[in-house]
Amino acid sequence: MAGIEVEGLTVAYSGAKPVVAVRSLDLRVDGGEPVAVIGPSGCGKSSLLLALAGLVPPSAGAVRIGGEGVAGPRLRTALMLQDLGLLPWKTVEHNAGLGLEIRGVDAATRRTVVRAVLERLGLAEFARAFPAELSGGMRQRVALARALALDADVLLMDEPLSALDALTREDLQDLLLGLWLQRRHTQVLVTHSIEEAVFLGRRIVVMTPRPGRVAAILDNPEAGERSYRASETFLHRCVTLRRMLAEEGAFASTEVDEAGGER
Amino acid sequence: MRPSKSRGMGYALASAVVLIVWQVLAWLLDTRALPSPGETAGALAAGLRTGILPNLVVSAWRVLLATTLGLVVGAPAGLLMGRSRRLDSVAGPLVFLAYPVPKVVFLPVLLVMFGIGDAPKVALMALIVFFQILVTARDAARAVSPSAVLSVQSLGASRWQGFRHVVVPASLPAIFTALRVSTGTAIAVLFFSETVAGTDGLGWYIMDAWTRIAYADMFAGIVAMGFMGVAIYEVLEIAESRLCRWTRAGRTDER
Ligand SMILES: Nc1ncnc2c1ncn2[C@@H]1O[C@H](COP(=O)(O)OP(=O)(O)O)[C@@H](O)[C@H]1O
Ligand SMILES: [Mg+2]
Repeated sequence: MAGIEVEGLTVAYSGAKPVVAVRSLDLRVDGGEPVAVIGPSGCGKSSLLLALAGLVPPSAGAVRIGGEGVAGPRLRTALMLQDLGLLPWKTVEHNAGLGLEIRGVDAATRRTVVRAVLERLGLAEFARAFPAELSGGMRQRVALARALALDADVLLMDEPLSALDALTREDLQDLLLGLWLQRRHTQVLVTHSIEEAVFLGRRIVVMTPRPGRVAAILDNPEAGERSYRASETFLHRCVTLRRMLAEEGAFASTEVDEAGGER
Repeated sequence: MRPSKSRGMGYALASAVVLIVWQVLAWLLDTRALPSPGETAGALAAGLRTGILPNLVVSAWRVLLATTLGLVVGAPAGLLMGRSRRLDSVAGPLVFLAYPVPKVVFLPVLLVMFGIGDAPKVALMALIVFFQILVTARDAARAVSPSAVLSVQSLGASRWQGFRHVVVPASLPAIFTALRVSTGTAIAVLFFSETVAGTDGLGWYIMDAWTRIAYADMFAGIVAMGFMGVAIYEVLEIAESRLCRWTRAGRTDER
């Protein structure tokens, strides 16, 4: 599995009022490691992911995945955006197969691969439905299906579950965990939920307010089991993470509720 | 199937209302200038064998040609403008200078350039459709969700693939709306240009009937024009429901 190396990454947006979203960020994610990123809103988490995906060029520094410099979208990196990036005009199977289609994979192969992935995610009977006809949790699964169809070895997710209700959310967290246990891909999950970070991140990267840098990294080696959520350690880890976030002034932001993760 | 059935009912109801009001008015006014629906139907039946049909075909052909031209040039140009800041900064001011000008004012020039055949009328309507589609497509392309664009880019889409998978489908519903609006305007202008300078077409037929004081013929021509409008509307409706199936998805009790 391809690891990720970020060195001195700066992401700046030029425009009417230039913004430095990320400044001199260093981070190393081992191949096959699931990492969670958490930080105050507006601190540059999405910008970091876009840079990892090769969609925003660094103003300074570099990103390497699998030892190769990232200069544009990479074949086996899957990016899941905040609103999932599903195309409303494409059916579930076409959304799921879009990556393959763009890569010029022929229709028959596409169909076989997509069928298998939809089957695995419990979406087989919705292959012909449009995203608007699905629940939030199912849409989330479609976005995952797209990543799986590409056989991604790096999965980047930007607050993918934030629009879901608490139960669906846990359900999908379990699904994400299950997929990772099976495939052992490198995973960077941006979240604003403390529980989610602790449940899914073997290491949890806490970011500073904008311009974002790595404030601290919390080791969380117990992550990777479904039962973890119900354990003492889990609760303690959540408390620790909450304290670290408070030190970073994360709760001064408007997202107190979500960052508090009380749901 | 159900929607088209209920639309059929709608047309039947609308026609019934129009016929009743028309009949009552004709009866009250009792003037040769307003023939009854019955007389008109007779003139229409007779006209279909003699004058109306060829003129209807001529007009419909002009509308079809002009709409196609306006669409084929306007839609890609508008979409490109909407997605390219550079192109937009050059072409935008030109477009917005010309957009509010009523295109009918170009008729004299077009007549001088193209004579009085199909060409000036088609050109005029094409201009109307073109501008309407251009401006709408541009705005629609600008409004495309950035995350949809990012998500196909992250899949490695080329610029062209971005258009094919995102920009075009996202803008289609707006383009259809613009088509409906602009064909309406175009037909009105067609009528005008056929009466001002022409020897055929429904507009010419209606004016000719008027000068002949053949009011039943005149109304038959008007009815035929109405049918043409309905036909165009329906064609667009069917095309849209085929091409934009997703806009109907997720609405109540569809599935
Ligand atoms: N395309 C953009 N153009 C200009 N500024 C942007 C753009 N995207 C994000 N920003 C700014 O960069 C900062 C970081 O944004 P973002 O990476 O989305 O943070 P987060 O995901 O942590 O909330 C914010 O101040 C935001 O307003
Ligand atoms: Mg964000």
